[in-house]
Amino acid sequence: MTQNNNSNDTVSILTKKDFVSDQMVKWCPGCGDHSILASLENVLPKLGKKKEDIVVVSGIGCSSRFPYYVNTYGFHGIHGRALPIACGIKMANPNLSVWVTTGDGDSLAIGGNHFIHTIRRNFDVNLILFNNKIYGLTKGQYSPTTPLGQITKTSPYGTIDEPFNPGELVIGAKGTFFARVTDKNPKYMSDIMYRAAQHKGTSILEVLQNCVIFNNGAHNEITDKDKRDDNQLILEHGKPMLFGKNKEKGIRINGTKLQAVTLGENGITIDDILVHDEKEEDPSIHFMLARMHLPELPVAIGVIRDVDSHTYEDMLYDQIEERKVSSPYKCVDDLLNSGDTWEIK
Amino acid sequence: MSTKKEKVKDLDEVVVRFAGDSGDGMQLTGSLFSDIAALAGNDFITFPDYPSEIRAPHDTVSGVSGYQVHIGHKKVYTSGDLADVLVAMNPASLKANLKWVKKRGTIIIDTDTFVDKALEKAGYDENPLLNDTLDEYNVIKSPITTLTKQGLKNLGVAPKIAQKSRNMFALGIMYFLFNRDFKATDAFFEKKFKDKPDVIEANKKVIRLGFNYAESIGVMGTTYNIQAAKLIKGRYRNITGNLATSWGLLAAAERSGRKIFLGSYPITPASDILIELEKHRQFDARVFQAEDEIAGVCSAIGASFAGALAVTSTSGPGLSLKSEAIGLAVMTELPIVIIDVQRGGPSTGLPTKTEQSDLLQALFGRNGECPTIVIAASSSADSFYFAYKAAKLAMEHMTPVILLTDGYIANGSEVFKIPKMSELPEINTPIAIPNDENFAPYKRDEKKLSRQWAYPGMEGLRHRIGGLEKEDINGNVSMDPDNHQLMTEYRQEKVARVANYIPDQEIYGDDTGDLLVVGWGGTYGALYEAVKQMREKGKKVSLAHFNYINPLPKNTEEVFSGFKKIIVCELNLGQFVHYLGMRQPKFQYYTFQKIKGLPFMVSELIEKFNKTLEEK
Repeated sequence: MTQNNNSNDTVSILTKKDFVSDQMVKWCPGCGDHSILASLENVLPKLGKKKEDIVVVSGIGCSSRFPYYVNTYGFHGIHGRALPIACGIKMANPNLSVWVTTGDGDSLAIGGNHFIHTIRRNFDVNLILFNNKIYGLTKGQYSPTTPLGQITKTSPYGTIDEPFNPGELVIGAKGTFFARVTDKNPKYMSDIMYRAAQHKGTSILEVLQNCVIFNNGAHNEITDKDKRDDNQLILEHGKPMLFGKNKEKGIRINGTKLQAVTLGENGITIDDILVHDEKEEDPSIHFMLARMHLPELPVAIGVIRDVDSHTYEDMLYDQIEERKVSSPYKCVDDLLNSGDTWEIK
Repeated sequence: MSTKKEKVKDLDEVVVRFAGDSGDGMQLTGSLFSDIAALAGNDFITFPDYPSEIRAPHDTVSGVSGYQVHIGHKKVYTSGDLADVLVAMNPASLKANLKWVKKRGTIIIDTDTFVDKALEKAGYDENPLLNDTLDEYNVIKSPITTLTKQGLKNLGVAPKIAQKSRNMFALGIMYFLFNRDFKATDAFFEKKFKDKPDVIEANKKVIRLGFNYAESIGVMGTTYNIQAAKLIKGRYRNITGNLATSWGLLAAAERSGRKIFLGSYPITPASDILIELEKHRQFDARVFQAEDEIAGVCSAIGASFAGALAVTSTSGPGLSLKSEAIGLAVMTELPIVIIDVQRGGPSTGLPTKTEQSDLLQALFGRNGECPTIVIAASSSADSFYFAYKAAKLAMEHMTPVILLTDGYIANGSEVFKIPKMSELPEINTPIAIPNDENFAPYKRDEKKLSRQWAYPGMEGLRHRIGGLEKEDINGNVSMDPDNHQLMTEYRQEKVARVANYIPDQEIYGDDTGDLLVVGWGGTYGALYEAVKQMREKGKKVSLAHFNYINPLPKNTEEVFSGFKKIIVCELNLGQFVHYLGMRQPKFQYYTFQKIKGLPFMVSELIEKFNKTLEEK
């Protein structure tokens, strides 16, 4: 292990400016990516890590230009492959804080295999999923999250491709951390990014991000100022699941389903409302929360699931340390001369 | 050690082939026989030849598993053309292997298995033991199954174990025939079946039954002895190519001070490298069985970016899947070692058979101008040195290196002189100095053109790299036309200059002559043996066997210039000769190509070379 562990004096002097790179940001004006960049730049100084110990990794797509804009070590990979690159970095040096920026096409289509297997193994990496429900950089083809029936360049008669909800996939793949935010609230996004960084294991943060050019307004029903109070359920651990302008509405469990109810109507009291427990091992409620969708239910925002589990690299390093003690081979000479050998004199 | 007075004859060399149903334990039987040869100080090379199915249909020709070993009092170079002795455990194995036995060779047969149903499944219209099929061979017909079961009756061994011990009866016959003792084999049983005392007893008993049976029937007028080989002084072991490759990588990691990382996905015949390296956590080996071939190579690229000696291992179809990522490693100018244990292709092809048909894929199978170093190991044992060399070249020149081995040398084994780590060449990695104000990600070493290796965690060297074209020196993304030309030429020239750091091409034989035999990779043994035998008969034939393919050794043209004719031999349809035609276009090349999933036979090579010499 390297010796350059974080120290508090280093941390205190870092600011957002330390993480702004000298590269020109080339996203479209009004793109949701700008707010994600600003949020991450705000979070990185708070991680308690040296600048040298942070790595941003990406695949291909608009989201994947991200590493160039952050003044850390960065790796811009190939389409879909950010996660295995990130996992390789993490296995080589687990002291690093590793961030992956990716889109719905990059991580759920071409990189879908790596997405589920990284989550299953629970590598300690933080993934920011820019979900704009479209392929932006290749100019407007439908993605694995594009709603059924949407007309795009490659679906002139409407998509016939059943979409993924990323949260369902994460929880189905045994995810230990899943959160969702919108690109309209960078301050809140920073808070949740910090939570993702604090989580030991694979953190998936879905950002409902607007592509102004090819899918403008895809998340308007969720993010518009006049609709967001009714259409977003902001989750807080240990708090009842209330939403609406005056928190007059809530979520209860009715039979095997979640149901939106209004306090005071039909005898509903605050005691009927589900209390959010992001630490619950059993993913059933988290799964239902992740898949809540309009118009019947508000969309869950915030940390949906955050449970403790062993990480791949911790177990790997435990085995390495154990074998260093118990193995009869202390160096390669020992190995070469092990087993059946014979001497010619 | 035999009590009766058989004539004991000294042999210089012998080729033995064990064949049976897959599941009959032929690989184990064969390897025990070679282990004994090793302990007797013989030189040897082995060749396992097995079906891709775990348990192919019982008693069919496609389900036959074979293991050949060539044992010598002198140095041997191949696993042998034709067998002096064949052990055939059932009709299908006789059917499949008879063509690999020398005329007047010895065939040991389990007659119990030559029943109607098995004969029919093997495709025999009539019992070959009852007609003239085997007239030209010395056949030892033994009721091996019956004798094994009878012998174990008193031990109270389960019939299943008795059935499984038949192979040891056959091995016992071989031990008698070759004057071997049981000590090491007994020790093996005790270790392998530690928790199954009944199996240990059964095996020990059956191998002796076989031995005593051979002795008592007196069918062998002669038994054989192979004296210890006169090898260079030192410590030796038996090693397969895959094991040698794995250990060569561990050696390179230790010598360079880099931690080794392997990202790999199981694939025949390369999986043994993954399996071996997984065992060596004590050397800080971070070994990752990825979800697919692409994740295997990409995790290696990530680990390389983070400062590890990064490796991915695969076979042909897997190399295809890794192509795009290898391009990423070329663009980011990061060291990775890609091991391709070649097998029969295209597509899934012949997973368990050997071939050399990935050469052009290794050289050119990527988008863009995408050069990598390509080297090839030529034997099981020297896979150690070429794996070491691949790692050394990758890290010193900051580039991917593709190491080609093949199913024949990877699964085959031979005697390996154990090196001392301190004797291996140094590995000097161009690691950047923290806080070096003059650091730039794409600033190059003047001689090698390699860039520096600066990895996360190193202070003052933060930078971003990726698959987009890089601007010279500062490494920023650049779409500038002149810069692209410059960088493309740098990448090409960087690999070309590796020629200054590899040895000259050696010639076996004279520098001039009538015929230069040219080969590469795993065919070395057969080509060497063929040229040696022809030279012993006074033919003016030499061998230039290539391990360094891209770049070629600097003296290649000079080597080729000394001969009237050049013949390029390879296990494909002419990939190396095609490449030589590009790089050394002024020569005319004769070719010998074989694409049967099998290694060259020395006899077919000699025949071809003689014809080529005669051609006007």
